[in-house]
Amino acid sequence: MSPLTLIIFLPLVAAAGLAFLPRNYRFVARLVALMATFVSLIVGLVTFARFDASQEGMQFVQKVAWVPSLGIHFHVGVDGINIGLVLLAVIVAFAAACVSWEIREREKEYYILLLTMTGGIIGAFASLDLFLFYFFHELALVPTFIMIGVWGRGAEKNYATFKITLYLSLGALIALIGLVALYLNSGLGTFDMVELARQLKDRPLSAPTQRFIFPWLMFGFGILVSLWPFHTWAPLGYASAPTAVSMLHAGVLKKFGLYGLIRVALPMLPVGAASWLHWLVALSLGNILYCGLVAMRQKDLNLLIGNSSVAHMGFVFLGIASFNLVGVTGAVMVMVAHGLLAALSFALTGYLYQTTKTLDMDRLGGLLRAMPFVGTVSIMAMLAGCGLPGFANFTGEAMVLFGIWKVFPMATVAACWGGLVVGAVYMLRAVRAVWHGPAREAVGGAELVDAPHWWRKLPFVLLLASLVLFGIVPRLLTDKIRPAVARLLAGKNEPSRPSVAVIAASRGEAVAAR
Amino acid sequence: MSVSYLFLEIMVVLTGLGLLLIDLWTPAVHKRRLGYAAAAVTALILALSFSKMVDPGAPVHAFGGLFVQDAFALFFKRFFLVAAVLVLLMEVEFADRIPAGITEYYAVTLFALAGMMTAASANDFTLLFVALELMAVTFYVLASFQRSRVASLEAGVKYLILGALSSAILVYGIALIYGSTGTMNFTKIAEQSARLKESKIAVLGFLFVLVGLGFKVGVVPMQIWVPDVYQGAPTPTSAFLAVGSKAAGFALLLRVLHGAAPEVALSWERLLMILSGLTILYGSLCAIPQRNLKRLLGYSSIANAGYLFIGVSVGTLSGASAVLYYLAGYLFAVVAAFFVICVVSKTHDSEDISELAGLWNRSPLLASVLSLSMVSLAGVPPLAGFFGKFLLLKAAAEQAVSYPGYYVLLSVAVVGVVISVYYYFGVVRAIFWSRDDQELSAIPISRPVKAALWVCVAGMVLLGVLPSWGVRVTAAAAGMLKF
Repeated sequence: MSPLTLIIFLPLVAAAGLAFLPRNYRFVARLVALMATFVSLIVGLVTFARFDASQEGMQFVQKVAWVPSLGIHFHVGVDGINIGLVLLAVIVAFAAACVSWEIREREKEYYILLLTMTGGIIGAFASLDLFLFYFFHELALVPTFIMIGVWGRGAEKNYATFKITLYLSLGALIALIGLVALYLNSGLGTFDMVELARQLKDRPLSAPTQRFIFPWLMFGFGILVSLWPFHTWAPLGYASAPTAVSMLHAGVLKKFGLYGLIRVALPMLPVGAASWLHWLVALSLGNILYCGLVAMRQKDLNLLIGNSSVAHMGFVFLGIASFNLVGVTGAVMVMVAHGLLAALSFALTGYLYQTTKTLDMDRLGGLLRAMPFVGTVSIMAMLAGCGLPGFANFTGEAMVLFGIWKVFPMATVAACWGGLVVGAVYMLRAVRAVWHGPAREAVGGAELVDAPHWWRKLPFVLLLASLVLFGIVPRLLTDKIRPAVARLLAGKNEPSRPSVAVIAASRGEAVAAR
Repeated sequence: MSVSYLFLEIMVVLTGLGLLLIDLWTPAVHKRRLGYAAAAVTALILALSFSKMVDPGAPVHAFGGLFVQDAFALFFKRFFLVAAVLVLLMEVEFADRIPAGITEYYAVTLFALAGMMTAASANDFTLLFVALELMAVTFYVLASFQRSRVASLEAGVKYLILGALSSAILVYGIALIYGSTGTMNFTKIAEQSARLKESKIAVLGFLFVLVGLGFKVGVVPMQIWVPDVYQGAPTPTSAFLAVGSKAAGFALLLRVLHGAAPEVALSWERLLMILSGLTILYGSLCAIPQRNLKRLLGYSSIANAGYLFIGVSVGTLSGASAVLYYLAGYLFAVVAAFFVICVVSKTHDSEDISELAGLWNRSPLLASVLSLSMVSLAGVPPLAGFFGKFLLLKAAAEQAVSYPGYYVLLSVAVVGVVISVYYYFGVVRAIFWSRDDQELSAIPISRPVKAALWVCVAGMVLLGVLPSWGVRVTAAAAGMLKF
C-alpha cells in the first residue's frame, strides 16, 4: 500500500469511527482527530524525505480499478509538483486540528467534519485520476458548508456560507464539464492523468478543440481559486469560518484549482493555453491590484488577510500564465508558501479573536505588550506576506516575476507595484494598528493572554518553522519541482494532426452524418 | 409458458387481494401491522425476481408480442419492488394519520405497484395504456386517502382532472398512431419507423403520447400538478408518486422512443432538449422560495425530471443507462427524504422547513439521513446523486462533440444544479443551525423505520462510492433498447 493511500484514508476512517462515539466523549473525539492528523503528518514527512527528485515519473503510486468500464481508477502518486502540496496539506491539517481547541460545543460532529475535509483535501492533491481528483475535492464541500454555518462567527455568517458554497459548486461544475470534454475528446477512454498527459503530448488535440476546452477549465478552476472578478466569496467566507476551516480552505483546498491548471490544463491543452493566457494575466492583475487596494480599506483584520490572500493568488496565476520553467516552478513554490502563510495568519487571527473577541482594527492596539509570542509570530507572518526575503513567499514570488518578465513585461511592472508597495502598505498598517501603538481597552474587559502552553504554541511554531525553512533552503522544494515542471512543459508544441473530434463541425454535417 | 413471465405481477396482485381478505378477520388494532406483512411479501417477491423462472436471461416476448420480459423490464420491476417495500414501511409509520381503511391503503399501493411493473414490460400501446390507467386510477385514490383533510382531497381531485386529461390525449395519440400504422405493437411500428417520420398524423400521434407520458414524469409544460399533489397527498403517496410513477413514465418514454419510433425520436432531439432545459429551470427557480418541504420536493422532482430528460434527449446507450442509474440514486434519496418528513411531522401537522430546527439534537439519525438525501439530490460526492449527474453530463458531452447545442443544455444544467444547491443546502441549514430551535424532545424511531433509513443510506452511499456494479447493470438493461 502506498503511504499516500494511508494518509488519505486515515482521516476518513477516523471520521467514520467517530460517528459511532457517544456524544459526551469530547476529549476522545479531539484526541482521535489529533492522532489521525499527527500520524498523517509523520507519514507525509517521511514520504517527502524519501521522495527521489532524480527519478522520472510518479512515485509511491497505487492504482486500483474503480469503474473499469469508464476508465476510472483509484490512482494516487506524487511527482515534484504535488509532493510539496501533499506535505502542505498534512502540515496544515495537523495545525488545524491543534487550533480546534477553540471549539466548545458539538465537538464530535466538528471533528467528524474536519477529518472528512482533511481526507478530501489530501486525496485531491495525491490523485492521478481526473475523476478521483474531482471527487475528493467535492468531498470537502459539505463539511465546509456545515462547519461555517454551525461554528462560524459574525453577522454575515449565513450569507457567507451560501456564497462560498454556491461559488465553489459553480466553479467545480464548470471545471467538471471541461474535464469531461477533455476526456471525451481525447478518445482514450481513460481518466488517468499520467496516461492522458503522455498520449496528448504525442498526439495533441486539434487547436479549435483545445481553445474551446481551455476556458471551461480556466474559469472553472479560476472560480475555485477566487480569480478576479469571481473572488468575493473568499474574504467573506474566511472571515466567517471557524479558524480551522479558514486555515484548511485558504491554505490548502483553494490550491486545488491552481494545481488543476498546472497538472491538467497546461500540459494537455498547450495550444488552448497559448490563446487564453493573456486573459489570465489580465484577470490576475485584477487580483493583485484590485484586491490589494480593497485590502487597504479593510477595518477587520480577517477581511484584510482574506483579501491579501486573494491578491496573492494573482501571483500564482501570473506564474502559470508565464508558461515557462521558472514561472511555473515559482507558481508551485508560491502555492506551498502561501498555503503555510495563510494557515498561519488565520490561526493567529483565530487566536486573537478568541482572546479579544473582536478583529476590528480600530478597537485593537498595543497588543504586543500583552502577547509577545503571538505578536511576534504575527508580525513575522505579516512581513512574510509583504514578500520579505527569508520566507518562502519571497523565493516563489521572485521566481514568478522572473518568469513572467520574459512574456509579459508590463504585467510584471504592475504586479511588482501591487505586490510590493500595496502589499507593504496594508500589512504594515495592520502591524501598527494591532500590535504597536498605545494599548486600547479590551472589548468587554477580556483578559489578554499570550499562548500559554507549548501545545497552544505548537501549530504556530510548526507553520512558521516550515515557512522559514523553505525560505532559507528553497532548494528543498525547487529541486523537486523543477524537473517535474520541465517534463510537464515539454509538450508545448504545435498540433500536428486533426483531433479525433472536431468541435467545429456544423450542425448540418452532424445531422447528415447520423 | 407466457403466464410464467407475469408471475411477479400476479404475485403482487394476489398479495393485494389477500390483504383485503385478511383484513376481514383482523381486529382493528392490528390492522396497521398488516403493512409489515405486505412489505415482507413484497420483499420476498423482490427476491423471487432473481429466479430463473422470471428472468429468462435473453429477452422474451409473450402474449403475442404484447409483453416483453428483458433486462430493461426486470431492472424497472426490481426498482419498483424496492420502492414499494420502502413505501409500505412508510405507510405503516403513517397509519395513525389515515382515518379509516388502512388495509385498503396498503392494497391499493400494491395495485399501483402492479401497474408500474406491467408498464415496465409493455411492448404494445394497449398494454401501455392499461398499465398507465392502473397506475393513474390507484393514485387518484391514494392521493385523496386522508378523507378528512381538504388538502388531500384537493390533491386527489387535481390529479384526477389533469390525469384524465392527459390520458385522453394519450389515447388520442395512440389512435392516431394506430390509424397510420395499423398496429399497436412497438416492434411492428418500429419496422415502419422511417416512413412514419414523414407521416404528419403519426408524428402528431407520437407527440400526444409524449404529452401523456410527460404528464407522468412531470416535464414542462405538463408539470403544473406536481407541487400541489405532492404537498397535499399523504406523504407515502407523494414518495411513491415521486419515485414509482416518475420512473414508470421514464421507462415507457424510453421504450416508446427507442422501441417504437427511433427515427421520430432522433428528429425530436432539439424539442426534447428544449423541454429538458425549460424543466430544469422551472423546477429549480420555483423551488427557491418554497417553505413547505413536500412542495419543495415537488419542485425538486420537476428539476430532476429535467435532468433525466437530458438522458432521454441524447438518445444513446450511455444516455439511457445514465437515466437508469440516476433513477436508482434518486429512489433512495427521495424515499429517505419523505421518510424523514413522515416521521418528523408525526407530532405536528406541519411540513414547514422550520419544523426541522433542532432536528440535529432531537434525532441525529434523522438529521444525518435527511442531510445525506439533500446532498445526494444536490449531486455532491460521494453520494449516488453525484454519479448519476456525472453519467448524464458525460452522455450529453459525448453528443456535444457532434452537436455543440448540448453545451448550451449543459450550461443550463449547471445553472440548475447551482440553484438546487441553494435550496437543498437550505434544508441542511435548517437541520444544523437555525435561530429558533426550541423544541428539544427526542423523536422516537421504530425499528423498521431505522432499517429502512439504513437501506436508503446504504443505497445512496454504495451507488456513489462503488458505482462499478451499478454501471454494468444499467448498461445491460439499457442495452435492450434500440439506438
